[in-house]
Amino acid sequence: MPKDTGIGAATVRREDVRFLTGTGEYTDDITLAKQTYAVFARSTVAHGTIKSIDTSAAEAMPGVLAVFTGEDFADVGGNPAGWLINSRDGEPMKEPKRPVLAHGKVRHVGDAYAAVIAETVQQARDAVEAIEVDIEELDAIVDMNAALSGSNFVHDEIGTNQCFDWGWIEDNREATDNAIKNAHHVTTLELVNNRLVPNAMEPRASIGSYKASTGEYTLHTTSQNPHLTRLLISAFVLGIPENMLTVIAPDVGGGFGSKIYHYGEEALVLAAAKRLNRPVKWTADRTESFLTDAHGRDHVTKIELALDKDGKFLAFRTDTKANVGAYLSNFSTATPTFLHGTLMAGNYTVPLVYVNVKAVFTNTAPVDAYRGAGRPEATYSIERVIDKAARELGMDPIELRRKNFVKPNQYPFASAAGLEYDAGNYDALMDKMEEVADVAGFAARRAESEKNGKLRGFGVNAYIEACGIAPSNLVGVLGSRVGLYDAATVRVNATGNLSVMVGAHSHGQGHETAFPQVVAEMLGIDPAVIDIVHGDTSKIPFGMGTYGSRSLAVCGSAVVRATEKIINKAKKIAGHMLEASEHDITLADGVFSVAGTDKSVTFGEVALKAYIPHEYPLEDIEPGLEETAFYDPANFTYPSGAYACEVEVDPETGKVTVDRMTAVDDFGNVINPMIVTGQVQGGLAQGIGQALLENTSYDENGQLLSASYMDYTMPRADDLPMFAVDHSQGTPCTHNPLGVKGCGEAGAIGSPPTVVNAVIDALQSGGKNVTHIDMPVSPARVWEAMQ
Amino acid sequence: MYNFDVEKPGTIAEAAAAMGADEAQALGGGQTLIPTLKQRLASPSKLVSLKGVAEMQGMGKDGNTLRIGGATTHATVAADGSYPALSALASHIGDPAVRNRGTIGGSLANNDPAACYPAAALASGATIVTNTRQISADDYFQGMFDTALEEGEIITAVSFPIPQAANYQKFVQPASRFALVGVFVAKYADGVRVAVTGASNEGVFRWTEAEAALSTNFSASALDGLTVDPDNMITDLHGAAAYRAHLVKVMTGRAVTAAG
Ligand SMILES: Cc1cc2nc3c(=O)[nH]c(=O)nc-3n(C[C@H](O)[C@H](O)[C@H](O)COP(=O)(O)OP(=O)(O)OC[C@H]3O[C@@H](n4cnc5c(N)ncnc54)[C@H](O)[C@@H]3O)c2cc1C
Repeated sequence: MPKDTGIGAATVRREDVRFLTGTGEYTDDITLAKQTYAVFARSTVAHGTIKSIDTSAAEAMPGVLAVFTGEDFADVGGNPAGWLINSRDGEPMKEPKRPVLAHGKVRHVGDAYAAVIAETVQQARDAVEAIEVDIEELDAIVDMNAALSGSNFVHDEIGTNQCFDWGWIEDNREATDNAIKNAHHVTTLELVNNRLVPNAMEPRASIGSYKASTGEYTLHTTSQNPHLTRLLISAFVLGIPENMLTVIAPDVGGGFGSKIYHYGEEALVLAAAKRLNRPVKWTADRTESFLTDAHGRDHVTKIELALDKDGKFLAFRTDTKANVGAYLSNFSTATPTFLHGTLMAGNYTVPLVYVNVKAVFTNTAPVDAYRGAGRPEATYSIERVIDKAARELGMDPIELRRKNFVKPNQYPFASAAGLEYDAGNYDALMDKMEEVADVAGFAARRAESEKNGKLRGFGVNAYIEACGIAPSNLVGVLGSRVGLYDAATVRVNATGNLSVMVGAHSHGQGHETAFPQVVAEMLGIDPAVIDIVHGDTSKIPFGMGTYGSRSLAVCGSAVVRATEKIINKAKKIAGHMLEASEHDITLADGVFSVAGTDKSVTFGEVALKAYIPHEYPLEDIEPGLEETAFYDPANFTYPSGAYACEVEVDPETGKVTVDRMTAVDDFGNVINPMIVTGQVQGGLAQGIGQALLENTSYDENGQLLSASYMDYTMPRADDLPMFAVDHSQGTPCTHNPLGVKGCGEAGAIGSPPTVVNAVIDALQSGGKNVTHIDMPVSPARVWEAMQ
Repeated sequence: MYNFDVEKPGTIAEAAAAMGADEAQALGGGQTLIPTLKQRLASPSKLVSLKGVAEMQGMGKDGNTLRIGGATTHATVAADGSYPALSALASHIGDPAVRNRGTIGGSLANNDPAACYPAAALASGATIVTNTRQISADDYFQGMFDTALEEGEIITAVSFPIPQAANYQKFVQPASRFALVGVFVAKYADGVRVAVTGASNEGVFRWTEAEAALSTNFSASALDGLTVDPDNMITDLHGAAAYRAHLVKVMTGRAVTAAG
């Protein structure tokens, strides 16, 4: 029987009421008294030297209050990278300064070099047009190979366009080379993991405000990660003491990674608010979003898979160039390395993995983590090359994968890429996928398609990812400059309702519904009396934000720990009220009872007693009922899955139609299956978007050709089939209290190779010897491949 | 946007007079013009809205000719049954919001090289009626975003001779869903006309070889020996010239088959 409340219940999302009725409150909905408006002057060239900026005409325009240029921020800090990567030779990565406003040079189209603050947006826009700037255009560095070989640099002061040259696992390099040299068979594939524009529905927006009487700053901003934003602004960029800066991320309309990071616009509105002693608001328009939100992916990879004569994997060797764009965004160095290289063993017992990643500066928008962050790149490379190997060896692609899967009796399993998988059952996922996808019926469906002049292909994929990022001790060794715990406070009010302050930020994930389900289950009370508070650094103990499918696994665990503390204290109070030892008190259905008696008090009565401590043992128990916990996980969590896709290809036009898409995932225990299904569906849509539609293209001058929806193709409902989503095969995570793994990115990780494998299968069935097409697999690319 | 004035005339004469002002510009449904203004890519002094001009609204059949007022929306055309292939074309322009605002006059005046109506007008041998004259479709389209319209001239109506059979096949550009290649085939007693949009650097054009072949044998197989020259076809993010040339033939064949 499905439950209708608590853990496992498909509770309807309570936050949807405000989202669907248009009563959410996003940053741009907020208007502060005496608010002013910022508009940025942005470079129209990809690379150039700023010769001069004359702001005098702009300053004289009606309504203009101030004009800022890079000069105003020359003495403040830069926005840092959060992860130090060392190159193979031991040299630390190159870290050129990322200033608030471009200074000296502009480095990508959209790079802001000035900002106007005015009484209205319109006036600020007019004044931006009156800024006289002299930028001497330099050759744009766009292609990564050219960037590595040329003597034209994005950042002249570092004298190279290579940020780092990273090897993983460096000690395995020679052994991997030898395994490949001596193998029975080696399959090689060169592929591009296409750059993506995040396209959150809500563009970035920020309001800076300042209270002169106390020296306090407040930043309302579109962030997945308000505490990290505060930390970066305080410790690195503006030096505002953390206790004088409040960061509030109210409702946020999607992020997908792009709103994890701190951006220069946030620092600008704060500095301007102080100078003017008035609030300053900036809201990006869609063009600014395209040009300046951190993009995703953009890897060029050569992967080799060595196999023995039975199809056992002997080694994976990967050579990747990762585009980091013009500046290092906060997670940009972690994404192509530790979030990518450590997953390069996949679900397999392969003994050797070697990954080389060269990160390259170019005159393009910064690239950082985007839904999946490194794991989609790893999965795509592995699962495409396995598919190609199966074809070359004449083996069934499902059988080849099964032959190499880690088996259930092998956990904990030390992967060849350096991780310890705690739990999983990849064969069970594959079995379920074969059932749900009706693999047996494929031949008949193919025959039907062929009757209609279409080619039908079947593609499969097995993925593993690392979520719940992450154990601070581990990531610290690997170069992370932050800890990756999370925190929660459970506050029981006198009248028995609860506020739960969580460090994770919800911007589509449904925390306001799922987290109360956990607390309600533990306390045996109605989830309706539990309210989640998030996104405000002045209300929440601390947090490391929402990304890497970590909210439930890490912050949810902190909620569990804090609730356990509540229960422990409440039992003491109940024991006092019932004149029994706290050790004899049991909690069930919201009632504390003395074991073996009919004496009991309700949770509400205990809460009231905590706040009205009459006849209360003040010498033993403090009044009040509020507890905080920080939780730092012992390991990553390892969601995994088996996906299947069927496509139809129109051989005359090259158009690919996704006809069936099946996702069978192991997320461990599931708190709210409806929310999980929704997360997977969204991820699948994004993954299919990457596979077939989304093409971020810069021309040789560094102009973004796909800078609007007229040319950048977002997946739309009619591009997608009905999805078959199953998460019945969960193996609980062994090291967090809920046994959960994380589900936010899986769909975007598992689907791209599945779709491309299906397209290749379709073309092969039509007698075309096509072994690879780069994403997005557009009609034109399919048609060209068939010629 | 920059500031501008708005005028809302009630008659064609008033509209023409309003268009006499310096830097005045006609406003149809605004589906192209308003986004252009929002991006500050145009700065007219005055917009002359054609919405309120009753003479330019709606459509009517006179014998075998369908007359559509220049300010008639795509949705109105889509809902009409007198020229089914034209209504089908209108029903696939943009989304409901675009179809409820966008107008045939605005589409033909704009002459986007990937727009749908230009193919229908050219393949149907339509007549573009303005406040001052009548222009045959063959003379009207003069290249990408270029037409025979003079400064301030207003499209007040478009007359379509209704064909015996017709069909429009649109292979969409995946992002904008305008035509990557669109082909309109119309069969008249005196011959077949084929117009292609989306493909050429010179905007909508007639594929005369196909017209000749189809005029003797109105079936897709009549195209078998023909090829389309990729010279001067558009190459962009979504497809190279050779691909577009190939699609012209595929879509023409499909249009002929669908027209029956
Ligand atoms: C999301 C979207 C999708 C679209 N998809 C398609 C598609 O698939 N196929 C397609 O063909 N089109 C498509 N369009 C374009 C749409 O059809 C527009 O409505 C059309 O191009 C312009 O018509 P309008 O009435 O909106 O003109 P406006 O935007 O008002 O004006 C466009 C131009 O025409 C001038 N003008 C307007 N009316 C007249 C007139 N009567 N006489 C003289 N000049 C005039 C204006 O001054 C302006 O220069 C799409 C548009 C959008 C926004």
